[in-house]
Amino acid sequence: MVKVQKKSAGKYCLGIESTADDFGVGVATFEGEVLANKSDSYIPTEGGIHPREAARHHAEVADTVLQDALSKSGVKASELTCIAFSQGPGLGPSLRTGATVARALASYLEIPLVGVNHSVAHIEIGKLQKGAKDPVTLYASGGNTMVTAFESGRYRVFGETLDIALGNCLDVFAREAGLKHKKGVPLGAAIEQLALKSRRLISLPYVVKGMDLSLSGLVTAATTALRRGDCSLEDVCYSLQEHAFSMVTEVTERALAHTEKKEVLLTGGVAANKRLQAMLAVIAEEHDAKFSVVPLQYATDNGAMIAWTGTLAYRYGLVTPIDQSMVKLRWRVDKVDVPWIQ
Amino acid sequence: MDTIDKTPQAKLLKKGAEASLFLTDWHGRKAIIKIRIPKLYRPTELDQQIRAYRTVHEPQLMHEAKAAGVSTPLIYMVNVAESKIIMQYIEGERVKELLNKAEKSSRQALCIKIGESVAYLHKHGLIHGDLTTSNMIKALNGRIYFIDFGLGEKSMEIESQGVDLHLLKRALQSTHFGFWEECFKSVLCGYSSVQGVESAEKVYEKIREIERRGRYVEERKQ
Repeated sequence: MVKVQKKSAGKYCLGIESTADDFGVGVATFEGEVLANKSDSYIPTEGGIHPREAARHHAEVADTVLQDALSKSGVKASELTCIAFSQGPGLGPSLRTGATVARALASYLEIPLVGVNHSVAHIEIGKLQKGAKDPVTLYASGGNTMVTAFESGRYRVFGETLDIALGNCLDVFAREAGLKHKKGVPLGAAIEQLALKSRRLISLPYVVKGMDLSLSGLVTAATTALRRGDCSLEDVCYSLQEHAFSMVTEVTERALAHTEKKEVLLTGGVAANKRLQAMLAVIAEEHDAKFSVVPLQYATDNGAMIAWTGTLAYRYGLVTPIDQSMVKLRWRVDKVDVPWIQ
Repeated sequence: MDTIDKTPQAKLLKKGAEASLFLTDWHGRKAIIKIRIPKLYRPTELDQQIRAYRTVHEPQLMHEAKAAGVSTPLIYMVNVAESKIIMQYIEGERVKELLNKAEKSSRQALCIKIGESVAYLHKHGLIHGDLTTSNMIKALNGRIYFIDFGLGEKSMEIESQGVDLHLLKRALQSTHFGFWEECFKSVLCGYSSVQGVESAEKVYEKIREIERRGRYVEERKQ
């Protein structure tokens, strides 16, 4: 729950991000300058993210990341106007760790706390970094795949996955194929590299339902194709990417045609993929829209986006009293009012 | 086939995401040419497969919808090689615009009718696949025509029926956010009246399950 106070200005906001495997701290000015953006990622020894292990990691690194960010920013803790934190959506244990750090800081410094929606933050930092005004945004990461655009006070969802996220789809396949997670090299990047070595398209399910899409059957089919052994890992990586990206691109194009907006923004961890970028560039051009890709350090989960969105909310008097700062694991983007957009 | 298909005075009506619609004259009748344009972002092979599949299936489903008691435009011609369908032009107004300007009572009546039509489709094993208010036209003769069956399929599964209605709910939420709940309620009311309360309830339970399955839905079980 967010309490509405009088509109007020400020100087600096410190943002804490901890929805999944990254613990990030950013510092932003109210004018939109990012002074620091530091983070530390939890790398699972095997399998996907274990929520409890991720939370333990966050608790261990919180102190260091926080100090790094503050010293990089050159801002003293006493100069901060407010503390923003990602209140959801995400993994419970991870979210709660970040929220605990945020509450402690806000109480100690006696400054307001601002609960920020993680998905809204992704869109806002993307707009800030790329100078976009009113884009159709494809936000594709390990946990989210949605096409949003602003309409009547909120970011509306014009298309989304009916089951797993795009990043998750690539990750699960990569693990099934025995690829290993290395520090600094996401599994998705490994698939992208392998895909470049093939041009042989294997038939896989292509599931677009209205504005939405489904990816879970695609992973199963890709895994089965690999096990069947009549095609190479490269062929399957290529085919998986072509099918999955074509689906999200089709859905994004539908939203673009429907809303008639003139900008397309790509964000989230999967934004790093060159093939996905190329596909979206094609539809943007076809609809006379400007296409931008959010730079990687702001496209993946980061503290700067929380800090920046915190300043926007604070300016409109949206602060979160400590007793209402519980994390919201399933906080949809279309449930959040964004009064700073006219 | 190629010669009768030449339609010189075609005028672009709408450039959609998937297809372009042209207005033309088909032997003295007002007609629509729907062309699924090649999508350069996806591999040619995949693109051709998708376009050919949808061009073949759309008229089939439209034909079967008529048998189910749901109005759809008449098909005049299909050209798979060019991903082209020529069909009847329906004089009327899109439900999308109609809903936004209608009074509450006529909005309700309209949504009940939509619900009934969707139920007729489902009862006959047809799934529309893209139920939005842009894909429904209220014709001058008062009937509601359903168009754009390109993402449709034949299925009797409750899962598909649930997804179909869930998509309509989502479409109402995003384009008619001021009164979507009331609209969707009326849709369900019409739906139950045709499907019978018992079968309709099974579909509603499925919708709830589909929604819980989605990521970040508040009511989803932890």
